[in-house]
Amino acid sequence: MLEVRGLHVAVNGTEILRGVDLTVKTGEVHAIMGPNGSGKSTLAQVLAGHPAYTVTSGTATYEGKDLLALKPEERAREGLFLAFQYPVEIRGITNSYFLRSAVNAIRKHRGQEELDPLDFLQVLEDKLKEIGWDDTLMNRPVNEGFSGGEKKRNEILQLAVLEPRLALLDETDSGLDIDALKTVAQAVNKLRAPDRSFVIVTHYQRLLNFIKPDVVHVLADGRIVKSGGPELAHELEAKGYDWLRAGAMVS
Amino acid sequence: MTGIEAQVQQPYKYGFVTDIESDVVPPGLSEDVVRLISAKKGEPAWMVDWRLKAYRNWLKMDEPHWPNVQYGPIDYQAISYYAAPKKLPKLDSLDQVDPKLVATFEKLGIPIEEQKRLTGVAVDAVFDSVSVATTFQAELAKYGVIFCPISEAIRKHPELVQKYLGTVVPHNDNFFAALNTAVFTDGSFVYVPKGVRCPMELSTYFRINASSTGQFERTLIIADEGSYVSYLEGCSAPMRDENQLHAAVVELVALGNATIKYSTIQNWYPGDEEGKGGIYNFVTKRGKCAGKNSKISWTQVETGSAITWKYPGCILQGDNSIGEFYSVAVTSRRQQADTGTKMIHLGKNTRSTIVSKGISAGRGQNTYRGLVKIMKGAEDARNYSQCDSMLIGDQCGAHTFPYIDVRNSSAIMEHEASTSKIGEDQIFYLRQRGLSAEDAVSMIVNGFCKEVFKELPMEFAVEATRLLGISLEGSVG
Repeated sequence: MLEVRGLHVAVNGTEILRGVDLTVKTGEVHAIMGPNGSGKSTLAQVLAGHPAYTVTSGTATYEGKDLLALKPEERAREGLFLAFQYPVEIRGITNSYFLRSAVNAIRKHRGQEELDPLDFLQVLEDKLKEIGWDDTLMNRPVNEGFSGGEKKRNEILQLAVLEPRLALLDETDSGLDIDALKTVAQAVNKLRAPDRSFVIVTHYQRLLNFIKPDVVHVLADGRIVKSGGPELAHELEAKGYDWLRAGAMVS
Repeated sequence: MTGIEAQVQQPYKYGFVTDIESDVVPPGLSEDVVRLISAKKGEPAWMVDWRLKAYRNWLKMDEPHWPNVQYGPIDYQAISYYAAPKKLPKLDSLDQVDPKLVATFEKLGIPIEEQKRLTGVAVDAVFDSVSVATTFQAELAKYGVIFCPISEAIRKHPELVQKYLGTVVPHNDNFFAALNTAVFTDGSFVYVPKGVRCPMELSTYFRINASSTGQFERTLIIADEGSYVSYLEGCSAPMRDENQLHAAVVELVALGNATIKYSTIQNWYPGDEEGKGGIYNFVTKRGKCAGKNSKISWTQVETGSAITWKYPGCILQGDNSIGEFYSVAVTSRRQQADTGTKMIHLGKNTRSTIVSKGISAGRGQNTYRGLVKIMKGAEDARNYSQCDSMLIGDQCGAHTFPYIDVRNSSAIMEHEASTSKIGEDQIFYLRQRGLSAEDAVSMIVNGFCKEVFKELPMEFAVEATRLLGISLEGSVG
């Protein structure tokens, strides 16, 4: 599904990623953990194509395609989704209009017929039922006046409706209380599928109590310094990150 | 900021020229020219006298230079003040309209042929200095609604014209209004009788075609007691390297319990990327809520013109009268706009609402200038103003000049203002959901303008949304 090799990334001339290697197979859930400033969010943003980041060397292959050669919207239409850490507000545009536009941009790319508002409403209802949520956000302007929890919930709802092949979750747990965290995690679990992969970026282990990853990676100082099974997350919770950072410097 | 700087504009879509034989008065302005225009229109003596009075006043006036716009001197003697297609139809026989004119309006999306008319919208089509066709006149007459070129109204309904013309915008109101009064050639006239709700949208489409001419139209709308009318104007012009002057005057009179809704979609040629050519849109628009409980609502979507200078306002004379102003002004390329409104509260319990959205892209400069004046006798007057500016790129500008003059302490005033910049993060968010960069900008801008667009008649809201997309196309690289 995703193959990242030797990825070096800089922003405003400062190198943030210094040779990241990452392989995600179809259907797998990977967690990327690491201390603040290690480059976790940068990795998610750069895979989605944020123009502020410059790839200085390395490759990223997504479903056999050169991911880095695609525009952000092309990556999205090819099934790559990023749940943002800080979703932006868009005044005057309802969430349902926005989401229908997104669905139709993707459907058009796939050669499918575009959905009219009524068809879309049906799709939306089905999805809400699938993840067990009520529709309380759809007729409000996109993220405007949303609480932190609502914003994150809205990201996951978009994920559900857009049905990506690869979903990147960028610190979806940050700023959530335990109840909101559970709600979001349960929805993500329902969206796990054999043909869908997840890369979950998180600072804390607690999200991984609810979403069981297949592989856990530790990113420190711009490199993946350790990979392992779910038990690695518990080890990090107990020991912190410092022992790995020291190791990274030595190697 | 990478990516939001490149400025490549889609060509102006309405920039074609119609090759048609015209009757053009040689450039220059004098009392003789004023008399000649009046004679061509077959006007009565009182009109000539009024025009001459305005002309003599104009000679003593100075062109205003207080607006926040810059342009070279205008040579008023180099402009031709009258241009009309030679083959004009006789009254009430649209079949005789020159096919070239019919084709021109068709190309602009304004069908004037019988079988192709827009249902529910009556259109007055003005080409250079004259009205070439007015649709649905007979249908409207059944309701007593008069909708005709103002030149025709002067001949056929002199009592109405004489009673109201110049009562809202006097002949010496300002430099451009005085010029208009002296040389105006055509425009629309509307009268809606007592208690009548006008059964369809009325609309005038203005087209400048001839070169080296100015367009000076005059519109007068009277809504008698308890009546309602919704009126819309649209406009466009060919692409020319010269700047052309458009100095219009619009007067609205709403009597007791009457409502006038006036919408404008202005798409004059804006000039090229380097600021060459384009229309100077120097317009005076004012409405008077003369009677109790009357209401005048202005909605404007201004996307064209090299320079826009206009302040559609309301004189709230009748008690409980309401004035509204909803505006979207877009400046891209090197366009400049200095626009806003004037709300003059005279009557008791009068209310006004101002919602202004300025969008600047390219090297556009966008200024909001608004006056809210509460006079001594205006007990319990209320005003709400909201001025929002949006910047796209880093070479444009947004400016806000609100003037508030309150002479009655019972007034309640609210003013809100905001400036935002379309950020890379906003665009990236939408692109990450599969929308192209252009669609992302269009969505953000349309959301920003929503409060104004919802005030437009349905048929035109779609047009406005589309137009905005075209004006800003290429604003994001």
